[in-house]
Amino acid sequence: MPIYDLLRDALRAERPIALATVVDGTNVGAKLLVEPGVPVLGSLGNADLDRVVARDALGELEAGLTSIRHYGPHGEAKSDGVAVFMESFAPPPHMVIFGAVDFTAALARVAKVLGYRVTVCDARTVFATVARFPMADEVVSEWPDRYLARVGESLGPRDAVCVLTHDLKFDVPAIVGALRTRVGYLGAMGSRDTHARRLIRLADEDLDGDSLDRVMAPIGLDIGSRTPEETAVAVCAEIIALRTGHIGTGSLRDGTGSIH
Amino acid sequence: MKEVLADIDRWRAAGQRVAMARVVDVAGSGPRDPGATMVVNEAGEVAGSVSGGCVEAAVVAEALAVLCGERERGIISFGFSDEDAYAVGLTCGGTVRLFVEPLDW
Repeated sequence: MPIYDLLRDALRAERPIALATVVDGTNVGAKLLVEPGVPVLGSLGNADLDRVVARDALGELEAGLTSIRHYGPHGEAKSDGVAVFMESFAPPPHMVIFGAVDFTAALARVAKVLGYRVTVCDARTVFATVARFPMADEVVSEWPDRYLARVGESLGPRDAVCVLTHDLKFDVPAIVGALRTRVGYLGAMGSRDTHARRLIRLADEDLDGDSLDRVMAPIGLDIGSRTPEETAVAVCAEIIALRTGHIGTGSLRDGTGSIH
Repeated sequence: MKEVLADIDRWRAAGQRVAMARVVDVAGSGPRDPGATMVVNEAGEVAGSVSGGCVEAAVVAEALAVLCGERERGIISFGFSDEDAYAVGLTCGGTVRLFVEPLDW
């Protein structure tokens, strides 16, 4: 089967995969298709180069990076004989929203626009229904701690957990469970008073030193949001700002320097 | 690339050959990151994009040249800071390099 067909099928199935293409040097256009746990397909024209590039491509894929890397003709590092474009196709990031409340549907909609796979989770079966959240990819009726014990391992730096229940009996296990994962964003809805009460309860939990600093609460950027939709935009903007290191930088108009 | 798969399938099913242009490198300010993909068929139909619209027309011309064998697969550059760059530039002032090739793999 041609490389393109295998790549296309992997992309459609949302399997993580990387494509390495020689863009300059010997064998321009040669390709290596690299998928975790599967033998590589194709060749860049040299077995040593293939081995080094396959190894590096898996690293780039894990980090979700896409860039040009330079090698010698036999895969030597710090050499510039061959320029290889490493393109990572990582599966969409995952947003887990705890709490099947008014704000949940709006947040799920905005998250879908940004390309997230969205799970809505609430222990209360009456609220956690597909009919109420048709835009979500998955609606789960389960306690947050049990859900996270099951899927927490899969959460990484590109993923987000948003705790919207603002009810201590659900919030606390959701936050504690999420802090035990590598999730990149963890936000919790509620007023400053609500969060102060949450912090008192969380202080009783067995958490590492300053891990509570990871909790973004009250959730979202301060843009004066009132409606669920406006709040959803504020939450997603905060997720982007945290990932890019732009928290607290305000409007582009008021800054200096390059914007990209 | 995912957003252009359906167009590629349709064009190939109709017997059309396809060229693919991918952003491989961006220096300075640029509207699309590496990996942004545009595909062009023999009839000049286009799917996807590689910039904010600044260089697409020039990329279509290069892609068609690659398809009819007038140009080798390889890197083309657009931008103001590169002496070899095309006259067509990015309004944001950066340089973008694309890899253009026939989809024969």
